[in-house]
Amino acid sequence: MQSDIFLDNAATTRTDAAVVKAMFPWLEQNFGSPATLYWLGTQAKEAVEEARQQLAELIGAEAKDIFFTSGATEANNWAIKGVAEALADKGKNIITNGAEHHSILKPLSYLEKKGWEVTYLPVDSGGLVDPDAVAAAIRPDTVLITTVHANHEIGTIQPIAEIGRIARERKVAFHVNAAQTVGHIPVDVDLLGADLLSVSGHKFYGPKGVGALYVRRGTRIMPLFHGGSQEKKRRAGTHNVPGIVGMGEAARIAKREMNDEAAKLTNLRDHVFDWAKENIDDIRINGHRSQRLPNNVNFSLEGIEGESIMLSLSYPTVPEARRVYISTGSACVSGSLEPSHILLALGMPAELAHGSVRITMAKGDTQADLDYALKAIAAVAERLREMSPVYKKTRKQEMHGA
Amino acid sequence: MYSEKVMDHFQNPRNMGEVENPDGVGEVGNPQCGDVMRITIKVDETEDRIEDVKFKTLGCGAAIATSSMVTELAKGKRLDEAEEISKKVVADALGGLPPQKMHCSNLASDGLRKAIEDYRSRHGN
Repeated sequence: MQSDIFLDNAATTRTDAAVVKAMFPWLEQNFGSPATLYWLGTQAKEAVEEARQQLAELIGAEAKDIFFTSGATEANNWAIKGVAEALADKGKNIITNGAEHHSILKPLSYLEKKGWEVTYLPVDSGGLVDPDAVAAAIRPDTVLITTVHANHEIGTIQPIAEIGRIARERKVAFHVNAAQTVGHIPVDVDLLGADLLSVSGHKFYGPKGVGALYVRRGTRIMPLFHGGSQEKKRRAGTHNVPGIVGMGEAARIAKREMNDEAAKLTNLRDHVFDWAKENIDDIRINGHRSQRLPNNVNFSLEGIEGESIMLSLSYPTVPEARRVYISTGSACVSGSLEPSHILLALGMPAELAHGSVRITMAKGDTQADLDYALKAIAAVAERLREMSPVYKKTRKQEMHGA
Repeated sequence: MYSEKVMDHFQNPRNMGEVENPDGVGEVGNPQCGDVMRITIKVDETEDRIEDVKFKTLGCGAAIATSSMVTELAKGKRLDEAEEISKKVVADALGGLPPQKMHCSNLASDGLRKAIEDYRSRHGN
């Protein structure tokens, strides 16, 4: 039987074999804590500092401004709550938009209950934030702007450098959630104008459970965790040495491979869109056509529901068929009764959000793999539409976005 | 997340389609919630029995599996017996459903009752 086709890389990626290899010694032979001063500990500390340097080089930062965390969720929580608290005497307004990840929106709604005021800017039908709207929303009491670099669901890449320039001019701290972009497309904290930037290891072929927050020197921020004096007393807790080493190795590999991979994936992405539009009826492309992550495809299939598409693809009924893994913005997989808030923020009707399919590719994916997956999706769509009491074939194709 | 039985009914749904010239039609749910079910029945009038029943469903795995199961449970039953098929009966017959699916995607028994109601209103009893 041929291998599975994993197309849910915005959720998580396969850990690179070289990363796993780099991690092993720090699980087996050298299990020391970098906070200890004996030989075992100093070896671990050196490994952590090397990883810090590797990550810094990937994002154009200075190593001393990188703080390791358990992932992007912690980094996002820390950036938002830490800056809000540090600047509470200055003001209590934070600017974001309605299409952010839950690890941004939930800490913000937590702060709202504690007296902060959050401005949620709209996004256009392609998912873009308007930098002029950001400039217009800044108030005397605005202390933080937080904007995702690229959206995890529709792949839209925001005009971060423009927003960063505005933030700098108006002297407002600027946080960028770069979980989907670091290691995939160029990220440079200076070019983006980021004061804070969140990184997730497992999104770029590193291990799970490790990430980082970049904090530009001079940015006022309170710690999220209190305890030991690790990470210059800003992030307590024993270092996840194997994880950090793994993410460092992933950063080193990404710096070398990223641009070639992005070019290949962009071609593959456009091929997938073209094929889908040509061969699947009543399909709508979601997100922005060009300001988009190289590996992200998102479309809605009218008259069917995403979970049943996802299940059909991952439990094929045909013997010897390859399992295909995709994701969907349907309510059925969100754990709530609402479909994806990101798709709704684009102005999409709920029934189309329920029928959304997200394909996120990884380095090394081939056109043959994608063609197999597309044919499987087309067949599943046909089968489920036969079952659907509401689907009526119209063969119309629309671009939902720009 | 789903039991083997749910997956079996999802992958190999029983009685999918529409009964020709149905005696009763029941439609429940709405596309905005992501679930719509349409149950059509053919009734043997002399015996007051469901002679044939089919479903069409837009929805998640649980929505499709519960629809399929309801048709299997209802086929051949007297109308008053078929009306007794509850959400719990359907879920139990499928070896259980995840808690979040119990209510939002388990509407097939409501659809069946609506189809029976429709039949009765058409036949004036």
